Amino acid sequence: MKVGVVVFPGSNCDRDMYHVLTDVFNLDAQYYWHEKSLPKNIDAIILPGGFSYGDRLRAGVIAAHSPIIKDVQKMAKKGIPVLGVCNGFQILVESGLLPGVLLKNESLNFMCEWTNLIVENNKTPFTNQFKLREKIPIPIANGEGRYYVDDETLKELKKKNQIVFRYDEVVNGSSNRIAGVCNEDGNVVGMMPHPERAVESEINPIDNKPSSLIFESLLSKMGVSN
Amino acid sequence: MATYNVHVTIENKAGISDPEGETILNDLVLKGTHKTVSKIKTAKMLKFTIKEKDKKTAQSKVQEICDDLRIYNPMVSKVTIDVFDA
Repeated sequence: MKVGVVVFPGSNCDRDMYHVLTDVFNLDAQYYWHEKSLPKNIDAIILPGGFSYGDRLRAGVIAAHSPIIKDVQKMAKKGIPVLGVCNGFQILVESGLLPGVLLKNESLNFMCEWTNLIVENNKTPFTNQFKLREKIPIPIANGEGRYYVDDETLKELKKKNQIVFRYDEVVNGSSNRIAGVCNEDGNVVGMMPHPERAVESEINPIDNKPSSLIFESLLSKMGVSN
Repeated sequence: MATYNVHVTIENKAGISDPEGETILNDLVLKGTHKTVSKIKTAKMLKFTIKEKDKKTAQSKVQEICDDLRIYNPMVSKVTIDVFDA
């Protein structure tokens, strides 16, 4: 199974993600520079966290115009699993692959702390190993992480089961405490917290198993045993 | 062709919270003696210099750029475009 990790100028969680994919889950991962195209035989795509283009203009908006995004859009349409983490989520939103927008945190602070997520949709390629409402202890690290949608879009998201993760308590002022959403087909998922920083017991002081299920869900979707 | 300076102001739409503007108002301005101020909104301004045949074309060209390249996010922001002779 081939997983593409897309690298933009300013990505800084690409190597953490690559390490987790290869060293923890024994997957065949490859970096893809944002100016290149993606090979046709790729099985999943991950947009890692970071500060693409230094968050200039608005987090994710400049990277959303990168040549590789056209390939990501094409593959997303075909149903290939796509995960955007933190800045990757911002890029997915700005490129129109996911609804909503990520605004500055209500506190205006860069927030770097552990939080708890609740799984609201366990049908996506990244959540199929969770029980519904399962709790995930996981770190966040962002300045523009406040997910916003208008009331009408929020109703649609609820109706179409597009809310994937919610914070267990109010963290940054996100609409409906949303931390992650998916597209209508469910194969494109974006989340602000960092699962790649939480899957190993050495760096997770609480419980590394729930975050591991995000990657194990992908393995299960692909019919790969770890 | 003439040269124009085009100012693009990007600000939150009504109803979208602006915590930075509120902080400047409540924790700076209103803590001083400037009690007549009732609202402060933050915005981002981009200043374009552009060569077009007239002011109207300069305005519509910059609007087109802002829309096409998502210079502002229409879900939460609006733009105001002002054109000046360079």
